[in-house]
Amino acid sequence: MLRKPLGAGLALTLALLAGTSAIAQQRVLTFNTDTSDPAPKAAFEALIADFEAEYPDIDVQVNLFDHEGYKTAIRNFLTADSPDLANWYAGNRMKPFVDAGQFMDVSDVWADNNLNDQLASAESSMTIDGKQWGVPYTYYQWGMYYNKTLYEQVGAKVPETYDEFVENCKLFKDAGIDCLTTGTSAMWPAAGIFDYFNLRTNGYDFHMALTAGEVEWTDPRVRETFAQWNRLVEPGYITANAAAIDWQDAAALLSQGKAANYIMGNFAVATFKDGGMTDDTLGFFPFPTINPDVARAEDAPTDTVHIPAGAKNPEDAKTFLAFLARPDVQTKLNTALGQLPVNNQSTVDEADPFLSQGFTMLSEASGLAQFFDRDAPAEMAASGMEGFQEFMAYPGNLDDILGRLESDRQRIYK
Amino acid sequence: MFPRPIAQRSHTAQWTYQALLPIALILWLLPLLGIAMTSIKPSSDLAAGNYFGLPSYIAWENYWSVLFDFDLWKYIRNSFYVTIPTVIGAVALSCLTGFALGIYKFRGNLLIFFMFVAGNFVPFQILMVPVRDLTLQLGIYNTPYALILFHIAFQTGFCTLFMRNFISALPRELIEAARVEGVAEWRIFWFVVLPLMKPAIAALSVLIFTFIWNDFFWATVLTTSAETRPVTAGLSSLNGQWVAAWHLVSAGSIVAALPPVAMFFLMQKHFIAGLTLGAVK
Amino acid sequence: MTALPDAHGPKRSWWKSNQQALTPWLFLAPGIFMFAVYVIWPIYASFQFSFYDWDGLSPKKWVGWGNYQELWGDRNFIISLKNNIIWLVLYMLAVPAGLGIAIFLNQTVAGIRIYKSLFFFPFVISQVVVGLMFAWFYAPNFGLFFKLTEWLFGTGTAVLANPEYATYGIIVAGLWPQIAYCMILYLTGLNNVAPDQIEAARLDGAKGLKMLWYVVLPQLRPATFIAVVVTVIGALRSFDLVSIMTNGGPFGQTRVLSFYMYEKALSEYGYRMGYGAAIAVVLFLIMMVFIAGFVWKMVRDERGH
Repeated sequence: MLRKPLGAGLALTLALLAGTSAIAQQRVLTFNTDTSDPAPKAAFEALIADFEAEYPDIDVQVNLFDHEGYKTAIRNFLTADSPDLANWYAGNRMKPFVDAGQFMDVSDVWADNNLNDQLASAESSMTIDGKQWGVPYTYYQWGMYYNKTLYEQVGAKVPETYDEFVENCKLFKDAGIDCLTTGTSAMWPAAGIFDYFNLRTNGYDFHMALTAGEVEWTDPRVRETFAQWNRLVEPGYITANAAAIDWQDAAALLSQGKAANYIMGNFAVATFKDGGMTDDTLGFFPFPTINPDVARAEDAPTDTVHIPAGAKNPEDAKTFLAFLARPDVQTKLNTALGQLPVNNQSTVDEADPFLSQGFTMLSEASGLAQFFDRDAPAEMAASGMEGFQEFMAYPGNLDDILGRLESDRQRIYK
Repeated sequence: MFPRPIAQRSHTAQWTYQALLPIALILWLLPLLGIAMTSIKPSSDLAAGNYFGLPSYIAWENYWSVLFDFDLWKYIRNSFYVTIPTVIGAVALSCLTGFALGIYKFRGNLLIFFMFVAGNFVPFQILMVPVRDLTLQLGIYNTPYALILFHIAFQTGFCTLFMRNFISALPRELIEAARVEGVAEWRIFWFVVLPLMKPAIAALSVLIFTFIWNDFFWATVLTTSAETRPVTAGLSSLNGQWVAAWHLVSAGSIVAALPPVAMFFLMQKHFIAGLTLGAVK
Repeated sequence: MTALPDAHGPKRSWWKSNQQALTPWLFLAPGIFMFAVYVIWPIYASFQFSFYDWDGLSPKKWVGWGNYQELWGDRNFIISLKNNIIWLVLYMLAVPAGLGIAIFLNQTVAGIRIYKSLFFFPFVISQVVVGLMFAWFYAPNFGLFFKLTEWLFGTGTAVLANPEYATYGIIVAGLWPQIAYCMILYLTGLNNVAPDQIEAARLDGAKGLKMLWYVVLPQLRPATFIAVVVTVIGALRSFDLVSIMTNGGPFGQTRVLSFYMYEKALSEYGYRMGYGAAIAVVLFLIMMVFIAGFVWKMVRDERGH
């Protein structure tokens, strides 16, 4: 009823708006991304420029979303106003969209470009029902980033074990420095901390069982995880008011020398360096050992690009995915992102100490977790992260928190 | 007059009052002044911990950066795309409904009037899921039309309340006289009543402009991309990019607040007349 | 005016005799149509949605009262409800505060008009901007308020990180424009207070608070009514500030129903449209109590004329 005149009016408006770029006959490829932070933004701009140079008859139009807002927006635009390409995440995080038929099966792109071989490490996290639903382009390690200058200042050594780490915290505390910083205003940084405490205390299999809803949150092993964590919370080794701090603000605390350690993903290196740190002052080490009997597993989330089922130009979108999967493209993109390429024929920037350390660490890991909010279903992830955030402010509420998480688990995994 | 005019009091009282006024104002506007000051500070000042002092120089480049590096101008443009048609549509519709409810006595008049009044108070959340769904089905999700149509419909509630009260206060003799002369009803509306409604139309336009410009909830629910999002929602997503960059947040806030503020100062009389109609009957 | 039949057509006389009865309906038609489509029907539809489980992607699933039963045991729902009550109660402060400022400013000294508009102008600013301003004001480590508390008590208070204070911090931000609104209502009201009654009361020796309570306030009743209405509605609509300032945090302690509904229905980890609709229905029913009261009073006034 209203559709026609409005559509025409809209088309006219768009035509007027687009009047400046009067390049005729170019096929348009719309790409919704959440790469709003400076480094990813630049990396994607370069990626798209390269793509357009190779395929001059395709015009990629990017809709840039704010990183946090994107996670909400994607639900809306997938059902309503589909782009041809969209960023997302692997694993459980893409499952609701695949189940609802919102992502396009791109197994043909994988088969035609020999990706099952080249992207082998990520194949399982991209496969549902024996089909592939997108192309992974990057992954990155999580771990401990630290301020080398502060370590020298208080005479701390890079810890191997968690006991040593806690020892160091005493030194930092005495010097008036936050031993561990974090900003959980957007909640997910708290999940990274939990992941590591749980992985180091109980191991990979337990962690995966917990996020899959197979273990009770009131289990003594979960309590042990929090007891280890509490060795930092109770003495006040973690930045106060973390719940009102954005993760970038907390990163500033590290670069300004007000905090010594930060459990983060490798994408944060760009933020630390923007804050004035260099390879000489910023360091990385894997999260220290808590239980020596537990094999080391790491958090290494994979970021992906998908074709929505409602894409208007799926042909060119597949061309783009094939391009994105190429070893040389992933090498260049990940050098700019400061992350690790998924394609096993790509090369890692050896000169980058964080990447080479991360690469070694991940290849030695006994298992790779995606991340709490990608391994657990959305609702569980939300209540879990809220609980972690609360625990860091009020460790005394632990019983209450775990009780709530357990009742959420029973409801969510029905 | 209440309270007793200060001019009738002692000199000390007058003097104290005159001194108190600016102090009270500064305290009242403190958050605003802080933001305004921050918006012209170079980022180096903030990095150096100069949060409250004077800026080391006036950094107009913050505004430039916000508008052009971060494309705030686009969001501002989008806001105009949404706001102006809404103002026209809602005022036009309510001229009609206000006329119908203010002039004619018929069964159901009060019922319809209070349906509009009550609808105007409804929480947005009860409308959210269905309106979003409807917008998707109309194929106008994430376009200015999504917001324009909804806002026109919703604001018709408030506008009808306003117009109807205004029109029923008009002298009825004019209309009766026209009817005696055999003037058609729509001509009475067009030639007799509408010219008298100019002040109401002006007041309502200013008010609706401000309401719609400042809407955040629907902007978040019905639009997603930088090409369509109004400035309130745009500012909130830019805020995610500007973490720790308070000079940019401040400059962006000031720019986003400017159009309604300018509207208010230019059309103050109409604005206040609009807001307080009904408060003093 | 294409909706009207051709004035020269054969039905002219019929039209002429029924014109007065039909015209209002023709004038009302577009407004009622839009309002029905975008306001009346959605209310009904939300009630319906609240009995389904729906993620916005897959088909809907009927769950009967399931969503409401879940609400009952949902701790976050209870927190939101509690916060809504705090909002309602504290937001009411805007009414006396607005009256106070109005009385303070109701003078005729040079430049008072500018003062009045500057006092009013927080109301003109978007709540998003107000939220950002106060977020800056409260910011941990460098915010003006943080510094102030640090200077006074030795340790700074990060209002928005503290689950006990955060809601109050947001309400203060909301009160700022709301007080301005009430102030302007009262300023206009004070302008219309009958001077002869004031003078008469003054001759009887009434002064200050007594005068305010017994003579002025009764005359300000219409202004007070509107101020209460807009304040109640404003308190229950408090979505923007919560969303901008804390996003419901820390750990969900600043949620209000309007925000929690959005969170459950449309946010990153939500997408339970049916559950969201059930929250919206509860909010709507709470609001209906007030709306019914307001409308009842307005109908009475209307009939009284």
